[in-house]
Amino acid sequence: MSEILELKCVGFDYGALKVIDGLDMEVHPGELVVCVGPSGCGKSTLLSLLAGHLQPTRGTITRQGQTRTIYQDGGLFPWLTVRENIALSKSKNVDDWLQITRLGEFADHYPHQLSGGMRQRVELARALAAETDILLMDEPFSALDYQTRNRMRRELVATLAERPRTVVFVTHDIEEAVQIADRVVVLGLRPTSVRRVLDLPPGRSRNPASPGVAEAEQAIMEELGLT
Amino acid sequence: MLPVVLGLAILGLWWGAYAAGMFPVGTVPSPVDVITAFGHELASGRLLDDTIASLYRVAWGFIGAVVFAVPLGLVVGRHARTRDALLPWINFFRSLSPIAWIPFAIIWFGVGDPPAIFIIFIATLFQVALATAAAAGSVPKIYYRVAEDLGLEGAQVLIKVTLPAILPQLVTALRVAIGVAWMVVVAAEMIAVRSGLGFLIVDARNGLRMDLVVCGMITVGVLGIVLDALFSRLARIPSVRWGFDR
Repeated sequence: MSEILELKCVGFDYGALKVIDGLDMEVHPGELVVCVGPSGCGKSTLLSLLAGHLQPTRGTITRQGQTRTIYQDGGLFPWLTVRENIALSKSKNVDDWLQITRLGEFADHYPHQLSGGMRQRVELARALAAETDILLMDEPFSALDYQTRNRMRRELVATLAERPRTVVFVTHDIEEAVQIADRVVVLGLRPTSVRRVLDLPPGRSRNPASPGVAEAEQAIMEELGLT
Repeated sequence: MLPVVLGLAILGLWWGAYAAGMFPVGTVPSPVDVITAFGHELASGRLLDDTIASLYRVAWGFIGAVVFAVPLGLVVGRHARTRDALLPWINFFRSLSPIAWIPFAIIWFGVGDPPAIFIIFIATLFQVALATAAAAGSVPKIYYRVAEDLGLEGAQVLIKVTLPAILPQLVTALRVAIGVAWMVVVAAEMIAVRSGLGFLIVDARNGLRMDLVVCGMITVGVLGIVLDALFSRLARIPSVRWGFDR
């Protein structure tokens, strides 16, 4: 299987500050890879590199296809309605996406009139509607409350089951990582590189009692020095 | 309701003070004379003509300035080198009182509408350009990343992202600018032309008609409120309201 994303010995500096150094990682088509790491370790920088918004200082990144990034908050254009925001994807099926993300009633609302969870659903719809190959998600649910966050995870998994995409998902939430990931990549302190990769048992949308979840959480905590 | 009550109270005080002979002769007109003057000026049509003349000059000067100022401000706000080169100059001209341009306005454009329109243009241009540049320079970076993801490029980004992103601030800037333009037109008309509300005031003073001066002042003030109210309505446009609602 050819990789859709491949990073070889990637490094990135902000001036004299080494943010990423010697990072190797590959992502297979259709995979949901979650990157976890301590805050400030360069997770967002990594996504910017994957998106091509930043160029690596060292190493190479190969990317097969188009990327689309979903941000924690504020990525929607506030001067456009929900429908207009989704239509920016140039999709002909805006109505389908409104349906899938249960936003039909709110099609003519502006982002500031929606709750945080609804705004993230619009972001998701806009990104997926573009038929993009790779979805980059930068802590997309971190600004939401606990219950909404849990619901959004299930919705993401359900939407991906219907419309499969390759996803690289960055979070500081270990529980979130082990519940939705096919694979968890644990990043170390700055300058960051991959400390460990954990494969999770098949079947996304796990709950805390699902097989392998507790063990994976434990392993990540250990890796991050949290136990 | 409260402003009307306050206005009537001031009118009453004014009337009382005038009737009690508290003002030296010829310094403050009686409210009755002012109201009578209003009646005469309205009936003769002169007040309306002067109002239209002033509004006409403000409209052309203001629209002309906005047409130049917004694109200029967008480029200055988004392009670092242009900003470095132009910002000090925009600031320089903004600090110059528009009234200081009156000698040149008359030499270049003679008398009549053109010098007055030019002065309004100058008064509005640098202000709106500076406000646009400041707003365009502070648009959240995330919008540009999204735009890049969506495949927008060059001028498209300016028109589809930067411009709508700054609209709420632009509306506020235009509201301030129209107020300034309206103040400036009165001053310009006192010197460069023989019509308009500014001319009405200075002409009345020359004839020692202080009742007419007050009549002109009240008209200017009321129209200032009307212009401001009209511009404040721009903030209710749906694609602008987000900037004021949150």
